[in-house]
Amino acid sequence: MNTREKAIEKLIFICAAVSVAAVALITIFIFAQGMPAIQRVGLFRFVFGTTWSPTNGSYGILPLIAGSMAVTLGALVIGIPTGLGCAVFLSEVVTKRQAGFFRSAIELLAGIPSVVYGFFGLAIIVPLVRGLAGAVAPDAGATGLSVLSGAIILAIMILPTIVSISVNSIESVPNAYREASYALGADRRETVTKVILPAARSGIFSSIILGMGRAIGETMAVLLITGNVAVVPHSIFAPTATMTGTIAMEMSYAAPDHQQALFAIGIVLFVIIVILNGFAQVVMRRFGGAAA
Amino acid sequence: MENKFTVRGLNLYYGDFQALKNINIDIPEHKVTALIGPSGCGKSTFLRTLDRMQDTVEGARVEGQILFDGEDIYRRDCDVIKLRKKVGMVFQSPNPFPKSIYENIVYGPRVHGITEKKKLDEIVERTLKEVALWDETKDRLNDSALGMSGGQQQRLCIARCLAVEPEVILMDEPTSALDPVATAKIEGLMHELSKKYTIVIVTHNMQQAGRISDQTAFFLLGELLEVNPTDKIFSDPDNIKTEEYISGRFG
Ligand SMILES: Nc1ncnc2c1ncn2[C@@H]1O[C@H](COP(=O)(O)OP(=O)(O)O)[C@@H](O)[C@H]1O
Ligand SMILES: [Mg+2]
Repeated sequence: MNTREKAIEKLIFICAAVSVAAVALITIFIFAQGMPAIQRVGLFRFVFGTTWSPTNGSYGILPLIAGSMAVTLGALVIGIPTGLGCAVFLSEVVTKRQAGFFRSAIELLAGIPSVVYGFFGLAIIVPLVRGLAGAVAPDAGATGLSVLSGAIILAIMILPTIVSISVNSIESVPNAYREASYALGADRRETVTKVILPAARSGIFSSIILGMGRAIGETMAVLLITGNVAVVPHSIFAPTATMTGTIAMEMSYAAPDHQQALFAIGIVLFVIIVILNGFAQVVMRRFGGAAA
Repeated sequence: MENKFTVRGLNLYYGDFQALKNINIDIPEHKVTALIGPSGCGKSTFLRTLDRMQDTVEGARVEGQILFDGEDIYRRDCDVIKLRKKVGMVFQSPNPFPKSIYENIVYGPRVHGITEKKKLDEIVERTLKEVALWDETKDRLNDSALGMSGGQQQRLCIARCLAVEPEVILMDEPTSALDPVATAKIEGLMHELSKKYTIVIVTHNMQQAGRISDQTAFFLLGELLEVNPTDKIFSDPDNIKTEEYISGRFG
């Protein structure tokens, strides 16, 4: 018994050590590969340079950062209200059994490979956006490959994250708060907006931040539907390119300098994700448990 | 003497289980009515039918009639919001919102449309004075209500309930989670409140029922076995079961 427990303990320790080592190795690797490019170009010119044209020796990734930010922000603008609406609907409106059905459906979204989202976007969203853009500005000749298309697909992709974490934190709000509110004559809207959502806010924040992380890191789907034009997008119908998409597309044919620059983009992404995660943890700690 | 509530032929089912069986009772205005009986006999369920909080329970179904000021609260077009404004509720364990003391009290008034800061301030001061909490809290109204003691929290919950100016206060074992000192304070408070409000209180504690109520109703297994003036219930009950319960032979 005792030896067996010790063995299991060792095994778990090894697993933990391996995952820490993996993170460390990845970090070291991308920094080792990418730092030379940043040193050569200069951090400022690399991050704020407005021309990404590696074959001509211009390594400014501002358009890519802007592209990633634009689709991510768009995804949040669409995804947060939708996700929160879903979460409130599932936890406060329908019965437990109905909610179970909806939840499995939404959680299924999380299991769909992202290239399938890309195809779906290409087949359905892009033509719709093209139609919409044509109606708004007929002469612009928009293709539909755009920030908006990327944002819509990403919004769908982050929905499971936002919904399931938010539902959990809404459901962990003590029922006594609901009862107190209803007993004072509040209706459901007031109870949800003034009592339940504030009490569940830490879980909701972290669901949003995790969703945001997912959106920034997503590659395949956005690659297929944003058009991959490395310019700072001037409208939601304009095509754009993201950091992840650019890395994925260009890595296969990149010359050594170019390749290093792509790794350097990886560093920037990495830093952004680390900051987001840190922020999520601060928020969680600051607001304590889900309901307190 | 006016009756605030008139209950006739009330049945309540949770799915197939009948939790209340043919309840008939009158609840007089400006009196304290105590509901007693062993646990699981349906006291809370009955109390919660009076402000239709039982509506929020999945699978609960009500038959019969409850008149509040002569109007049937279970008729289809009854305005539940208005009803709950007039019939407040204090729960078994103190349940202040995770907000400041001030925000707890103004929650109800805001819901009912009062937005003027001065008016809200007045309500906060008046209700906190009514529950004898003003001196302890006037300098820390913006502190979280969750930092108060259990007894203070329960008094805050009563103040929160008073803030919407109810006519009736329903209390479900309001002191069962409190120590004797806090309990004594709340009981004293109930005595004051009974001058202005109609009170219906569920209690486990026979002495408490004896001390604070004017009439007492004895529930057993979903039935209302006896309603009588509290003096009579405790000295000369009509029902042998009531006597057995009060003398502590079961429950
Ligand atoms: N939501 C519910 N669903 C099903 N049964 C319930 C529910 N609430 C209470 N009951 C049952 O109804 C009966 C009365 O409960 P309750 O009114 O809480 O009793 P008391 O307050 O007198 O202790 C009990 O048998 C209890 O198990
Ligand atoms: Mg009870």
